Amino acid sequence: MDTVTLSRAFFGTSLAFHIIFATLGIGISFMVFLSEVMHQLKKDNDYAIMAKRWTKSVAILLGVAIPSGTIVAVQLSLLWPGFMKIVGEVISVPFQVEIFAFFLEALALSIYVYAADRLPPNMRILSVFLVFLGAIGSAILITSANTWMNTPAGFDMAADGTIYNVDPWKAFFNPSFLQTSYHVSVSALMVGAFAVASVAAYRLLKRDSPPQAKSLHYKALTLSLVVAFFMSLLTALSGHGSGQNLQQHNPEKLAAAEGLFETQRYAPLAIGGYVDPETHKVKYGIEIPYLLSFIAGNRFDTEVKGLYEFPEETWPPFYVHTLFNVMVGIGTLLLLLAGLGLYYRWKKKRHYPKWLLRSFIFSGPLAMLGIEFGWIFSCSGRQPWTIYGYQTTAEAATRAAHVGFLLILFAIVYAVLSVLVTIVMISYFKRHPVMDDIEQFSKSQVVKGG
Amino acid sequence: MAGSVDFGASFWAMIYRNHETQAGNMANRFLSPTWEITNTILVLMVVAVVAFFPQAAFMFGTILLVPLSLILILILFRSSFMVFSYSVEGFQRTLKWVSGLTGLLVPVLLISALPITEGGFVTIQGGYETLQMTKWLSSPSVYIYMLFGLTSELFLSSLFLADYARESEERDAYQIYRKQAILFGPLSLLMAALTVPLMEPEAAWLISNLEANRGWFLFSVVLFVIGYSALWWSKTGKPRVAVVFVASQYAVATFAYGKSHLPYMIYPYLKVDDAFTNLDTFYSLLSVLIVGMAILLPGFLIFWRLFLKDRRYLQKKE
Ligand code: HDD
Ligand code: HEM
Ligand code: HEM
Repeated sequence: MDTVTLSRAFFGTSLAFHIIFATLGIGISFMVFLSEVMHQLKKDNDYAIMAKRWTKSVAILLGVAIPSGTIVAVQLSLLWPGFMKIVGEVISVPFQVEIFAFFLEALALSIYVYAADRLPPNMRILSVFLVFLGAIGSAILITSANTWMNTPAGFDMAADGTIYNVDPWKAFFNPSFLQTSYHVSVSALMVGAFAVASVAAYRLLKRDSPPQAKSLHYKALTLSLVVAFFMSLLTALSGHGSGQNLQQHNPEKLAAAEGLFETQRYAPLAIGGYVDPETHKVKYGIEIPYLLSFIAGNRFDTEVKGLYEFPEETWPPFYVHTLFNVMVGIGTLLLLLAGLGLYYRWKKKRHYPKWLLRSFIFSGPLAMLGIEFGWIFSCSGRQPWTIYGYQTTAEAATRAAHVGFLLILFAIVYAVLSVLVTIVMISYFKRHPVMDDIEQFSKSQVVKGG
Repeated sequence: MAGSVDFGASFWAMIYRNHETQAGNMANRFLSPTWEITNTILVLMVVAVVAFFPQAAFMFGTILLVPLSLILILILFRSSFMVFSYSVEGFQRTLKWVSGLTGLLVPVLLISALPITEGGFVTIQGGYETLQMTKWLSSPSVYIYMLFGLTSELFLSSLFLADYARESEERDAYQIYRKQAILFGPLSLLMAALTVPLMEPEAAWLISNLEANRGWFLFSVVLFVIGYSALWWSKTGKPRVAVVFVASQYAVATFAYGKSHLPYMIYPYLKVDDAFTNLDTFYSLLSVLIVGMAILLPGFLIFWRLFLKDRRYLQKKE
């Protein structure tokens, strides 16, 4: 493989690893915040226990999110020096602001984790809210840089590559910034909620849990399903907005996502299958007439551009069709699943059927997969461009040797760390079963009451 | 400096893990809430280089791919193992070893990049700047810089922990760290002095600049002497005074070194002026920096009071 391909593989691997921990950090810290609020509202200790236990997992996850984020930040300069030269000139502001989000998050988390016992409840809620704010702020700010790559703005480039007329704030608020950050944020909250739901459902299915523990997991499941349902809904709606954004600003990405070659009105939506590179048709997919036009412009007669409109060397790879389908498929499936859960909880009786609990177990990993596919779609769908219309990936990439060796080394390190995190999580929660917390809390209640 | 204190502290936590005094625990207690902040400062540095000197990021990125990647792996292991070691009682010993040793290595590797900017290690190959690995790995200049990094790290962290121990009223731990500071202070100064005669011939330009700034370096040595002697003031020493003076010493010396390094960022390929970003971006960055710092300042103050001053935290026994 050449250095460019290796660099792409290397960077993609690092981000795919980072994003798991970063996204869970955002989503679960939001759940901690909600359970702290519920604790104050309902005065039910179970919520305080949830907050305490989830915080522990956030702390462990951020222990990997932060160094792996440091890695991607440095790797941007190492692997894409050509890209970072332009970034430094134009879009360095979000990176700089992001540092403050990191500081905010680091300060608030240390305070929440190590000083919780010295804080009054309101300050506790405030500090965990700041943790969440810092985390989601980081995500939104990095997304600003990413959206600028998709829809560059705020500068001009001379024929020799010199940058002039720089307007950093226009670059920051580039045309797809608001829409995309919205989609990124709600999908992260969706992942956090489903992750909590997965664990709670697993615990509820275990036969040997004592009734007090079951009641706690039951509340956790219900809380997470409510959040998961609303966030799935918002994710789907905002994803629709992102699609319309593509129609306006990156039409070849949308065309490749849908395997559409001819520009047309009343364009059909192709679900599943793959794009045949010979015949330029979607094979083995289901076509729903008119739907793509409607999605792209809210009208059946919207004209959707096909790939033939663009020179062939700027076509994105055809596999993005599958990436896009998987993301949308997961979104639809999880929305239905969460809706079904709420239906059983409120319309029927108070029990979730066993088969439903079993399927909840898979919801967290699936949601995470949705995030991974979404990002890889967004980044690969931009190919061959790194900065759409301005710089190709080959121009951005490093010329240094040894990239392949480093890729293998890092892949091994990531694999080892993933195993370690899993072991640490499991062994921590094995040593500190939920009953310990329940007993401890009821004891301190007795002391206070008596 | 923050890095030295932080990385050094995890080394001391390893050394004194089984010590009967509170020395090891204390280093840990300081580390638990602060490592994230230190890591963020590290990222701030990287981002600032890219933001203010995009051209430098381009060149550093190309030259330093391998050394920086190795540092990254060490940081990844250190941070995550530190977090893990608070969570898993079982493997705490191994985890402390990993975080202690990586803590020792990271600053050493980081500073080994410094001689690269001084000339002699970079050649142009196929139109791009490339690092000469074998020369870099075999140069005495690089190794003396590494020793300087190592001794500075241990000096700064032991001095800081001595002050922290005083604040926590841990007498034994204070004596231990004071002793280490007394040992490593002169060593670090000696190493710093040795870097000059051992520089590569290509760095001759820097030596003459360093001599031109002799006054500043003398001033920093005076600050060191005052700070160092404070370890004996009023019998048991005044660690707070020592910290302040030694921090100023490093600040002055860094300033003088930076001044001597001008106008080059990477000799002879890159000058500071050419690397600098455009004015619009510069002003936005500057205003963002000021506003951000102003907003976060209260946060740092609260943090300081909770972890570095509050007696309830300082005197918690493990
Ligand atoms: C739980 C995760 C998740 C789920 C269920 C969905 N998305 Fe998504 N999507 C993301 C997570 C995500 C993401 C990871 O956050 C992306 C990657 C880059 C970005 O901007 O957001 C993304 C990107 C992304 C883009 C590309 C934006 C761009 O490249 O500029 C489009 C068009 C959609 N999404 C549309 C949808 C639709 C119509 C969905 C229907 C339900 C959907 N997404 C579900
Ligand atoms: C090129 C892409 C990215 C870079 C350069 C990057 C950089 C970083 C860095 C340097 C950190 C460590 C911060 C610290 O020291 O405290 C970090 C953490 C984090 N990142 Fe990323 N990141 C990237 C992609 C993303 C994405 C796509 C998301 C989310 C959608 C994200 C969300 C987070 C979160 C939530 C944290 C941890 C919480 C925090 O410290 O604020 N990052 N990232
Ligand atoms: C966190 C989720 C992300 C994932 C999983 C991801 C994944 C990928 C992948 C797989 C590639 C290689 C593309 C290909 O070979 O087809 C890539 C390229 C790239 N991504 Fe992303 N990406 C993410 C977010 C970001 C963000 C937030 C930024 C910007 C700040 C970014 C910047 C880049 C750059 C500069 C490249 C290399 C040039 C290019 O291929 O266009 N990525 N990413």
